[in-house]
Amino acid sequence: MSDTISYKTVTREEVNIWFEACAVSDFPSDGGLNISYQGLQIAVFNFTRRNEWFATQNLCPHKKQMILSRGMIGSDGNEPKVACPFHKKTFSLKTGENLNGDECAIATYPVKVENSKVYVGFA
Amino acid sequence: MEKVIVIGNGMVGYKFCEKLRAKASKEEISLTVYGEEPLPAYDRVHLSEYFESQSEDKLLMAPRAWYEENDVTLKTSQLITNIDRSTKTISTHTGESESYDYLVLATGSSAMVPPIKGVDKKGVFVYRTIEDLDQIIEYSRNVKTGAVLGGGLLGLEAAKALMDLNLETKVIEFAPKLMPRQLDEAGSNMLKSKIESLGIEILLNKNTKEIHGNGKLDQLEFTDGTSLETEMLVISCGIVSRDELAKTCGLETGTRGGFIVNEQMQTNDPAIYAIGEAANYNGMVYGLVAPGYDMAETVVDQLTGDQTKQFSGADMSTKLKLIGVDVGSFGDALGQTEGAIPIAFEDKNSGVYKRINLSPDKKKLLGGILVGDAKDYSMLLQIAQNGMAVPPNPEDLILGARGAGGGNTMMDLPNSAQICSCENVTKADIVSCIKDDGVTDLKQVRTCTKAGTGCGACSPMVADIFGATLKSMGQVVRKTLCAHFDYTRQELYSLIKIKEIKSFNELLNQYGSGDGCETCKPAVASLLASIWNDQILKQDTIQDTNDRFLANIQKGGSYSVVPRIPGGEITPDKLIVIGQVAKKYDLYTKITGGQRIDLFGARLNDLPKIWRELIDAGMESGHAYGKSLRTVKSCVGSTWCRYGLHDSVSFAIEIENRYKGLRSPHKLKGAVSGCRRECAEAQGKDFGLIATEAGYNLYVCGNGGANPQHAKLLAGDIDEKTAIKYIDRFLMFYIRTAEPLNRTAVWLNKLEGGIDYLKEVVVNDCLGLGEELEKDMQALIAAYHCEWKAAIENEDMKKKFSHFANSEDDDPTLEFVPMREMKKPADWD
Repeated sequence: MSDTISYKTVTREEVNIWFEACAVSDFPSDGGLNISYQGLQIAVFNFTRRNEWFATQNLCPHKKQMILSRGMIGSDGNEPKVACPFHKKTFSLKTGENLNGDECAIATYPVKVENSKVYVGFA
Repeated sequence: MEKVIVIGNGMVGYKFCEKLRAKASKEEISLTVYGEEPLPAYDRVHLSEYFESQSEDKLLMAPRAWYEENDVTLKTSQLITNIDRSTKTISTHTGESESYDYLVLATGSSAMVPPIKGVDKKGVFVYRTIEDLDQIIEYSRNVKTGAVLGGGLLGLEAAKALMDLNLETKVIEFAPKLMPRQLDEAGSNMLKSKIESLGIEILLNKNTKEIHGNGKLDQLEFTDGTSLETEMLVISCGIVSRDELAKTCGLETGTRGGFIVNEQMQTNDPAIYAIGEAANYNGMVYGLVAPGYDMAETVVDQLTGDQTKQFSGADMSTKLKLIGVDVGSFGDALGQTEGAIPIAFEDKNSGVYKRINLSPDKKKLLGGILVGDAKDYSMLLQIAQNGMAVPPNPEDLILGARGAGGGNTMMDLPNSAQICSCENVTKADIVSCIKDDGVTDLKQVRTCTKAGTGCGACSPMVADIFGATLKSMGQVVRKTLCAHFDYTRQELYSLIKIKEIKSFNELLNQYGSGDGCETCKPAVASLLASIWNDQILKQDTIQDTNDRFLANIQKGGSYSVVPRIPGGEITPDKLIVIGQVAKKYDLYTKITGGQRIDLFGARLNDLPKIWRELIDAGMESGHAYGKSLRTVKSCVGSTWCRYGLHDSVSFAIEIENRYKGLRSPHKLKGAVSGCRRECAEAQGKDFGLIATEAGYNLYVCGNGGANPQHAKLLAGDIDEKTAIKYIDRFLMFYIRTAEPLNRTAVWLNKLEGGIDYLKEVVVNDCLGLGEELEKDMQALIAAYHCEWKAAIENEDMKKKFSHFANSEDDDPTLEFVPMREMKKPADWD
């Protein structure tokens, strides 16, 4: 469906724009939200248990569904991950790598929190 | 109005009255029943219990008052001596006479007394009526030894009775084995040694020549020259039909006795029927009660119904407890079919003998014998009677799945069975990955075979095969929840309850490790809901996506909406609202399998608006998104249906409303059928009720799905209150003990002791948990709330239903295409 838009991992060093997504208070604990940025859909996760924030593409590469922000997060060993609600494909929140080993990786984005606002970094 | 007279008030005569009155009122048919004994009909099958209780009332089929209340004229202590067919009149031994339109002969049988010299001596009894029993009890007070002539079903019952009277008891059988019609030699030997261990001596191959004694017996002499000293003898050598009335009126009888009847149970006089042990059908007199009841039903159908039912012979299968030993015998028990292949299992250590006979092509089960352990009787009988295919290793039927617990488990499946249909993975693939590739971790099994990586529906099966395979290799498997919790679901249930844990993080902090995952989060969420029934949206991120958004996610990321329609009953007004909502929000509508209406293609943002309109119209959440009670399906029942026995719709609505919102290890479905035509398909549900004349039969643990399984009878002929009590207990017991995502059928298959054990727990309350389970259920019912009502009334919760956190827009990638005047999501891949 959204094959025309490509998602590409952005490292913290590459960030040109810190986009203000929403307020910390908008987020559920240990869960994600989906934000819209210039036609991209980005899943942002508030991993309260680990006191960490993550952002990935919202698109699950398996069946090309805009869905990952609604996925459950958790850990595999020490690796933080998100599971797609459709077929439970799991991806590392750190690297975007598919942990089942059969899908391509998803793009990840850096997140920062300042003054109770959540920012996602884009190149 | 027609006039029916029944001669004989035994079990079958009584059952005829009961069945007739269920179908015809006194205005339609007048009913008179004559009994020759002073008591109304009693339960002869359980006669030996009289020795323990000595209470007649306990044995009565129904008290005298029942006959009055049901407009049945009961005349006891009346012997019919003559039938005049030309005037259609009967006369009694006191000289009274009465006319009839239809006559039903249910005269039963008497004990057969072989023509042995001395059989008329004092101390010789038959075992047939309560009066016989009273005499036996009286006589036993002055003697120490007793013998029973006859080692069949009834003879062994009589032996138990003598043992209960503290007599030194012996059983004498003419044949070389006990229960010669039901058991083979090995089965008989096993039964013999078990009975002998209780102190009853058994003499086989003994032909009694003469009964000696001066006035009263003191010795039996056998044809082989041996003899036996005994002070008392009870004869139980079989039955003879009470057909002496035939001679008075020229009715035909069989060579071995019994009024000859056709498929409608008519004698050669079409106005006279014969049923029970008095009837001779196709050369057979049936000495069991079940065929007698079936015959009674046939006559009732002739007199009141559409006259379609025919009696076509009966199966002599039987299961009973003889002197504390379970014995079952079914179908072709002795393997007399030509080319039959027997498989037998004998365990002298625990006193168990099992035998099954396979058809020559090894595909069907013909019959079998069970001694010492008859818990598989019902299942085997079903397989034999329905001609079901036997498993590739037929010995599993009597040996069970070795190494994998009781019941039909995954290990019973053939190696070629397809487990994962998405990835076409067979059971053999999974087993080989564990055994040959040395995989020891369930996750690796998924990676290695791809099983469970598609739709995921087979994951519980894969886990079971994994566990059973490891176990067969001698490795211990504890079914812990996942890597984050080293506890089983059942253990966590207790921990949450006892420690009053209310949140996932609390449980994880105290009893788990790591951050949780997509396996343990929804499992714990389900547990918390099953224990506290609190609002699930308070912890929305541990819920599966369906529960998180209180709707079912569909292809493309839209959701479907199902309002509850209890029992499938809905008013035109509500139907109109559903239609209007569907039009307004452009939803695809479809009738579900559970008698409700599913509205597909709702955008996340629209869900609260859709529900506002449905709730305003008086509807509430259908919980189609939850592992919870879905529907209680019903047929239209006695309110409209000409066959209906009870109001199945009202009862279904009551049950659905009772359990709505109940969360469980997997989804739950129920049904109520108003008669045994079973239009609501209750036997395919987790719990199903089928109306009977006396109440309801309650079936449990059926399901459709990947491995369809019929529900099993938990309790028969119970009233609505009892049905609800049993369902309360059953559901709570399942909720407490099942593994995650195991439906009731799978749970029952793994439950040690199977349905018999479940009956013990639910019906007989063997764990003493009954009240507690009912109380737990009551608390959950009291905590019920409509989740959608709560969601739309709370602004914070309502906010969660938007696709973007930073925009009001819908998902622009959501794409629908037209289909048959409606829409469907664009295909994926």
